[in-house]
Amino acid sequence: MTSKPAPQAAGGGRAGMRKELPEHFKAYKHVWVFVELERGAVHPVSWELMGEGRKLADKLGVQLAAIVLGGPGEAVRMAVSEAFAYGADLAYVAASPVLDGYRNESYTRCMTELVDTYKPEILLLGATTLGRDLAGSVATTLLTGLTADSTGLEVDADGSLAATRPTFGGSLLCTIYTLNFRPQMATVRPRVFSLPERQEGRGGPVIEHNFSLLEDDIVTKILQFIPDRESSKSNLAYADVVVAGGLGLGSAENYQHVRELANVLGAEWGGSRPLVQRGWIPADRQIGQTGKTIRPKLYIAAGISGAIQHRVGVEGADLILAINTDKNAPIFDFAHLGIVTDAVRLLPALAKAFRQRISPSTHTRMAM
Amino acid sequence: MHIVVCIKQVPDSAQIRVHPVTNTIMRQGVPTIINPYDLFALEAALKLRDLHGGKITVLTMGPPMAEESLRRALSFGADRAVLLTDRIFAGSDTLATSYALSEAIRKIGESFGPVDIVFTGKQTIDGDTAQVGPGIAKRLDLHQLTYVAAVQELDLKAGSIAVERRAEGGVQVLSTKLPCLITMLEGTNEIRRGSIEVALNAARAEIVTWSAAAAGIGNTAKCGLKGSPTVVKRVFAPKPRSEKAFQIDLSGLGPDAIAESAMAEIFKRLPSLEKELTQTLQG
Repeated sequence: MTSKPAPQAAGGGRAGMRKELPEHFKAYKHVWVFVELERGAVHPVSWELMGEGRKLADKLGVQLAAIVLGGPGEAVRMAVSEAFAYGADLAYVAASPVLDGYRNESYTRCMTELVDTYKPEILLLGATTLGRDLAGSVATTLLTGLTADSTGLEVDADGSLAATRPTFGGSLLCTIYTLNFRPQMATVRPRVFSLPERQEGRGGPVIEHNFSLLEDDIVTKILQFIPDRESSKSNLAYADVVVAGGLGLGSAENYQHVRELANVLGAEWGGSRPLVQRGWIPADRQIGQTGKTIRPKLYIAAGISGAIQHRVGVEGADLILAINTDKNAPIFDFAHLGIVTDAVRLLPALAKAFRQRISPSTHTRMAM
Repeated sequence: MHIVVCIKQVPDSAQIRVHPVTNTIMRQGVPTIINPYDLFALEAALKLRDLHGGKITVLTMGPPMAEESLRRALSFGADRAVLLTDRIFAGSDTLATSYALSEAIRKIGESFGPVDIVFTGKQTIDGDTAQVGPGIAKRLDLHQLTYVAAVQELDLKAGSIAVERRAEGGVQVLSTKLPCLITMLEGTNEIRRGSIEVALNAARAEIVTWSAAAAGIGNTAKCGLKGSPTVVKRVFAPKPRSEKAFQIDLSGLGPDAIAESAMAEIFKRLPSLEKELTQTLQG
């Protein structure tokens, strides 16, 4: 929750600025990716991280390990074999009834045991509700640095992890290091990195961790899990086409033009942070660094000026069409196609054009 | 019942401007607000107090001017406000911040009665890390409940609580024991307006102001820059793409014609998209 101070303001005083890594951390090697397994399925962000972890491990000349925690049964074994297909060299596995369903206590305990035993230099987690809940607890237990919602991960010449993320409410980017503590931890939002190619037939050693925590030792109980209704789910992060609106729409009523175009395109709809803050759209429809990161084939941004925090959330799109009345809006610096006009007038025209072109049958039905 | 609500004074991000040449934040004239996510935490605490009685202490760490935010929180109905302010906290990252706040919460417990629940917002709008809440929970050994959408049940006699927690793909209903730490999800309630009387009292109220020493923080090596394992090495603005957006020609055209040429340009650049869209819609 802290905003970062100016860089290097007080070089010598900062704990992280000492030159040499303390002796007891020198044994920390290898890159770990936490594989988020919930109710039998792995969150795709884990494989996106596996792809990125692969690059880091190769640069460092170390191994890439998958960390898979879960209940006893098939799901853990399946997740391990998937982890190999997505690039892991080895896997650390803990299967226990107390790990069936995420709980902070059991997962934090198990993760810190694994880190203390096997000593990774880098530990990456998805910035999901699970990953963020876990990462904060693990980093505090280990008293190490954690960079939230990284949008870029690199290894420096001296082998340290450089994690880049937006700062100051998304108006600038900063690069953060954990120089003198291990592991160097970072979380990354879903879809910030693309999914790596699967490679069939890869395998590797699986190290089973005997996790001895008992149910009676855990205070927090899961009483129930209520799955979201399919219809209420937004699939923004993984949609092929996304249409979004910003304050340039002028009013909450005008947002309907975004919904209409999205409907014609079979697309997901969303908006910039100010629309959520004004209550025009629900929070899970927010696009940008602090909302959903998207990588669609086509992204249409209507009346969005394009602040940095929005930009980093949409830059993975193959094609960005920006509509804005201000020809100097920052969005035209990173969009591929631009139209300097009033989105409120153009959106219905776009909906009409696309409807006629791609779904003549629907069009006919509607005409009748 | 004693609840502590952690709040943070933040710049109103909608009005932050970056100097185009030096890439520094231009703070002059940027108004400050209570981190909007924290208001959901405060209102959730007020609701629990409506039902169960007790006191609410709001806590913030920041410069002396953060007192404004505390007064505002008092005007919504909090009972007591504590400002933790000391130059040694400057430059704290999330680990150092959670240390300072957890020590202050310990001291609040000693001074004003044992704490049952600590509330925080989901994250702040300036740091956006969501790490300080879990950090406080771990340091104080509080049961951690993040992304809470609703408190279902609170039984003070039994010392137990049940909440709905937003998880990936659904809602977890969790039960645990007090004391606990709750980070409250946004959009789950609406902060009340305090009465005129409460607002007048807030303006006059004494703000409990603690330096590190007064909060009983002995180990200053865990605070501020010294206590922060992370280092910010570089702050920068992203480079613009080498080429600016290709502008669709508008000359003298109406919306329909512009839409047609925009669509043509889209399908020219994404040749497979047209077929995919047609299939999706007909399939």
